[in-house]
Amino acid sequence: MSALLEVDNLSKRFSVQTEGRWLRPNRARPQVHAVDDVSFTIAEGETVGLVGESGCGKSTLVRLVARLLDPSDGQIRFAGSDISIVAARRFGRLPTRAQIQMVFQDATDALNPRFTAFDAIADPLRRLKRLGGATLQTEVTRAARLCGLSEELLGRFPHQLSGGQKARVGIARAIAVEPRLLILDEPTSALDVSVQVIILRLLQDLQRRIGLGYLFVSHDLNVIRLLCDRVLVMYSGRIVESGPTDVVLTTPAHPYTAALVSAIPNMAETRRKRVALPGEPRSPIDPDPSTCRFYGRCPKGAEVCARMMPALIADGQGRAVACHFPGA
Amino acid sequence: MSAGPLLLSVRELSVEFRTRSGTVRALERVSFDLHRGETLAVVGESGSGKSVTAFAVMGILDPAARITSGRVVFGGLDLLTENARALRDMRGREFAMIFQNPRTALNPIRRIGKQIADVLLRHANVRQSDVAARVIELLATVKIPDPARRARAYPFELSGGMCQRVMIAMALACSPALLIADEPTTGLDVTTQAVIMDLMAELARARGMATILITHDLGVAAEYADRIAVMHAGHMVEVARTEELLARPRHPYTRGLIAATPRPQARLDELYAIPGSLPDLRGDNIPACRYSPRCDQRQMDCNEALPRSMVGVDHLVACRHPL
Repeated sequence: MSALLEVDNLSKRFSVQTEGRWLRPNRARPQVHAVDDVSFTIAEGETVGLVGESGCGKSTLVRLVARLLDPSDGQIRFAGSDISIVAARRFGRLPTRAQIQMVFQDATDALNPRFTAFDAIADPLRRLKRLGGATLQTEVTRAARLCGLSEELLGRFPHQLSGGQKARVGIARAIAVEPRLLILDEPTSALDVSVQVIILRLLQDLQRRIGLGYLFVSHDLNVIRLLCDRVLVMYSGRIVESGPTDVVLTTPAHPYTAALVSAIPNMAETRRKRVALPGEPRSPIDPDPSTCRFYGRCPKGAEVCARMMPALIADGQGRAVACHFPGA
Repeated sequence: MSAGPLLLSVRELSVEFRTRSGTVRALERVSFDLHRGETLAVVGESGSGKSVTAFAVMGILDPAARITSGRVVFGGLDLLTENARALRDMRGREFAMIFQNPRTALNPIRRIGKQIADVLLRHANVRQSDVAARVIELLATVKIPDPARRARAYPFELSGGMCQRVMIAMALACSPALLIADEPTTGLDVTTQAVIMDLMAELARARGMATILITHDLGVAAEYADRIAVMHAGHMVEVARTEELLARPRHPYTRGLIAATPRPQARLDELYAIPGSLPDLRGDNIPACRYSPRCDQRQMDCNEALPRSMVGVDHLVACRHPL
């Protein structure tokens, strides 16, 4: 498999406004390090999961990759060419826009309430492929059929559709323009388990049929486990562990991953012991570059963790961990 | 856990909503018991009537709702026949509720300390001069670090997990005998969810407080509840002790829900997709067993009156042909 997407040392910093700035205009503005030195790849047709708690920078990373935001540093290469040099506001007019598409978290919020399902799916085809008339009709029906939407549903507005149907429209809209990389931002978090299974199967089936690469964002490790070949665990803007999904989830090497895994509610074992995480993450505003971001909440934290930021070190078998004390 | 004395008893509760497009029969003959100190989880898909049940018990149903039959007996009083004034006095003191999405449940323009003080002044016999100290004490109970400073914070200054702790502090302000938690951790991270659920369980145990935990996550229910009640389309289809329900579900819907929930051992093609969706609860053509149109065990007599039968110790199921 060749690399479809290569992300190298990607960073995004946002400046924050502080009080009394007019008194000291020359002082550097504090910055939120939302994404800090992140590198990973996605191969053609591969599914990579991205997990982490809210505020860890998942959404910022996804928006950088989808080219809705401009990175502060680093490079994003898509199918070999550097797409991070184009400004996000111009990217929408490039043909590559159709190649990277996104399915948003809550389909209810992501669909225009005044668009019928047909219009929602037709919109990217009109804008990016300049289709119209009979071709448009065929393409919309094709995308809808791939997602299991029957033709009579296409005339309906979002409020006339069920949650599962709206999720299907969101997916159909994204795949209509035949992307090679699909970014899925918690596509099933708003759905009931009974519908979730159906949507996850649809995604798996679509991938087998049209060979898409997926970047799958979720906080539900049980869902990640079902769909993803590899998983990236993110904490406070940095990737702390990555590797094959079953390896990472069965034998987590980073203490944060271990805490995440032990926090998943599980029907099989009631009332287990788990790794509790005290407190809140360190502030992402101008963090000390030589302190591990997990220091302070980490059950293994030692003096060295405050002095030296651990690097993400690969073990040669596909797994990489950023911790001074990896392993169980 | 050994069952304590009976605290809450809901009997044959039916609720309708009048809407422009017809009357929605949201709850039909829902019955369950709750004992002191016990945690009962109510699970089911969205639209199954979990929240309506909770709202009916709290007496905070929407004006469009009408309770057509049933009794809600709490500590010997029928809450449905009590007058509004008596109910207002009981709410907060005897039973309290925490809501999904704490950020919208808190008043965004008042400091959280003030909001907790409101509850104390209205429902507890706390003097104005002691309120500030009690607020800080409550915030410390829910393990908010630096409570004196956080009492002066606005909701937007706190994380989702912290806001939910504030909600718990408000609910516990008067040491209620019953806490209703409506999806308390939906929208929170798994790590935060674990901390909040552990906190609620610990406080409930320490105070002997009964909890009704409404959730769509069977995993959460399995870990924290003594008993689980499964709802589908306004019917309570099965109630049993947690281990029993998960190991030996007797209603086809319960079995379907368990089989649909992602778990470590199962691959995607091994998970069960429950066919169809909730039936339309308007009009008079609702089938007697509201699950029968989706049920793979369906038989000819399933549209006849729905029986409820005891199929084991403390194990109730509403099905003509239990598994």
